[in-house]
Amino acid sequence: MFVRKWWTDWLVALAFLRDGRGQTVLITVGVAVGVAVIVFVTALIEGLQANVIERTLGTQAHIRLLQPDEVNRVAPVTDGTIHLVHEDQRAQRLRSIQNWQELLVALDQRADLTVVSPLVSGPALAQRGAAVKSVALVGIDWPRYRQLLPLDDYIVAGQVRIGADDVLIGSQLAHELGVQVGAKIRLDTGQTNARVVTIAGIFELGVRELDARYVYMDMKQAQPLLQLIGGVTVIDIRVTDIFQAEQIAQRLHRLTGLKAESWIATNGQLMNALSAQSLSTNMIKIFVGASVAFGIASVLSVSVVQRTREIGILRATGASRAQILRIFLLQGALFGLLGALVGVAVSYALVWVFNSFGPGLFYIPIAPQLIVSALALAMVTGIGAAAWPARRAANLDPVEAIRYV
Amino acid sequence: MSKMAREILRLEGICKSYHVGQPNQTDVLHNISFSLDSTDFAALVGPSGSGKSTLLNVMGLLDQPTAGELYLLGQATSTMMEEQRTQLRGREIGFVFQFHHLIQAFNALDNVLMPLMLNHGKPTQEDVEYAHYLLRQVGLEKLANRRPNELSGGQQQRVAVARALVSKPALLLADEPTGNLDSKSAATVFELFRKMQVEHQCAVLLVTHDERLSSACDRTITLFDGRLQQA
Repeated sequence: MFVRKWWTDWLVALAFLRDGRGQTVLITVGVAVGVAVIVFVTALIEGLQANVIERTLGTQAHIRLLQPDEVNRVAPVTDGTIHLVHEDQRAQRLRSIQNWQELLVALDQRADLTVVSPLVSGPALAQRGAAVKSVALVGIDWPRYRQLLPLDDYIVAGQVRIGADDVLIGSQLAHELGVQVGAKIRLDTGQTNARVVTIAGIFELGVRELDARYVYMDMKQAQPLLQLIGGVTVIDIRVTDIFQAEQIAQRLHRLTGLKAESWIATNGQLMNALSAQSLSTNMIKIFVGASVAFGIASVLSVSVVQRTREIGILRATGASRAQILRIFLLQGALFGLLGALVGVAVSYALVWVFNSFGPGLFYIPIAPQLIVSALALAMVTGIGAAAWPARRAANLDPVEAIRYV
Repeated sequence: MSKMAREILRLEGICKSYHVGQPNQTDVLHNISFSLDSTDFAALVGPSGSGKSTLLNVMGLLDQPTAGELYLLGQATSTMMEEQRTQLRGREIGFVFQFHHLIQAFNALDNVLMPLMLNHGKPTQEDVEYAHYLLRQVGLEKLANRRPNELSGGQQQRVAVARALVSKPALLLADEPTGNLDSKSAATVFELFRKMQVEHQCAVLLVTHDERLSSACDRTITLFDGRLQQA
């Protein structure tokens, strides 16, 4: 019964849209411009943010687990005792995370983490002839670490081969030490051990600081050099949802007692910039959406006035208030849908132009769910905007409406 | 006509006032009582401002009386919900207005089918055939696909007559149906009402100023200052 009645409502709504062709075209263009702006701006900002995040976090862990800082323990005193303390902060020596193997097993179970990579890292001096450079020794578990940072993609000379005496160094360091693949350098950690290693590969991450300082070697080679046999100093973690990193970090902190640093905490500026960007896009979306809604509402209001007599006739020939209401709500929904279809097509074209002929700084993807939500939102906006004019149409007194000229 | 007459409409003490209880209260209809049978072909006459249109709207369930009761096919209508009255109106009452009000967005055939579509959705094959039959009856069979603005005034009025009849109503109400037409078209429309009344056994009530028209009706109901005048 409902479906059968709605058939007529659709018929009348479509006939009204066809009949008022000029208005329909105008409002469709209006809605289309709005939807195109919203979709394009959203895609642009999403593309930009994805790009910024990829560039910044592509070579970083999302969360780093570290042994908590060492603090002095001051013995408690009895009540009523005046207690003066002069405390020297403790020097933070390199220490291993306790029970890291068990921790690793536990972390591997969690679905919200994609990569868990233990590493041992500490300072050293790299020496070749008279050149001495300070470097960061990074001892890695290659099968795990490559999921975090696929060094293979960044190798500019030689190959990724660590273990035995083979190490990887950054291009900047290679340049400063004047070495090529196959050359030997001396690594001195200032502890008892120093060691001569062979350069198996040279990488270039594109971040000058890293390219000048990082020396990758196998974890097992690095441990004795740093006097941490069997230990690791950091567990690097990547998560599925990077914006959840801070919450996950806090959870891991409570769970393990370790210091957990998320990229959000350590890159506050970046996070601020991303949030500000999202806020401003949302503002644009809201304002454009509101103007689209007002456009639809005003066109339909005019239409209700123009069709007053016809509404009266429909009521006299058996249309209920609910039917009149639906006829105008449907028109609103159709305005939204039509406009959104055109708008989405336009934004596709804009994005294509940007991707093909733009500055080429980054690629803008259009997510299918963005299209679907734009269409759905436009229809809902159309219905919402039609609510007031539709109510007015439904509440017209048929007697007066028929006499209306 | 030997067919059994059945009561279609009965008005009992109908009053209609506007702005009730306010200083500018206007009483338009006073204590109107009469009934219409299925054999009735009546004219409602009276000078301008005597309340003819108001009475027509009340009878057509477009307007509610202030007091009194209106029975349509034996059912009291004053206690009905708006939705029920709308349904009853769509099914049992056919309207023809003075200015052949058609919906511009639809062609003649769809305009004729409109009451059926509003009442039960997509028209059946039978409905469409009946609409064609009615258009044939009013002599517009060939113009079924024309839009209202492609038809003359008389043609539009005949479409409106066909529309009023499509739901086979028990009551046909017409407000100055020929007021806007030349005499030839007026005669055609009037003949059509006659024919339809015989064919469909519906009560017909025409509001008119035209004495020739009213004298051609079987019965005349006269309103004067909102009161019924016995002939």
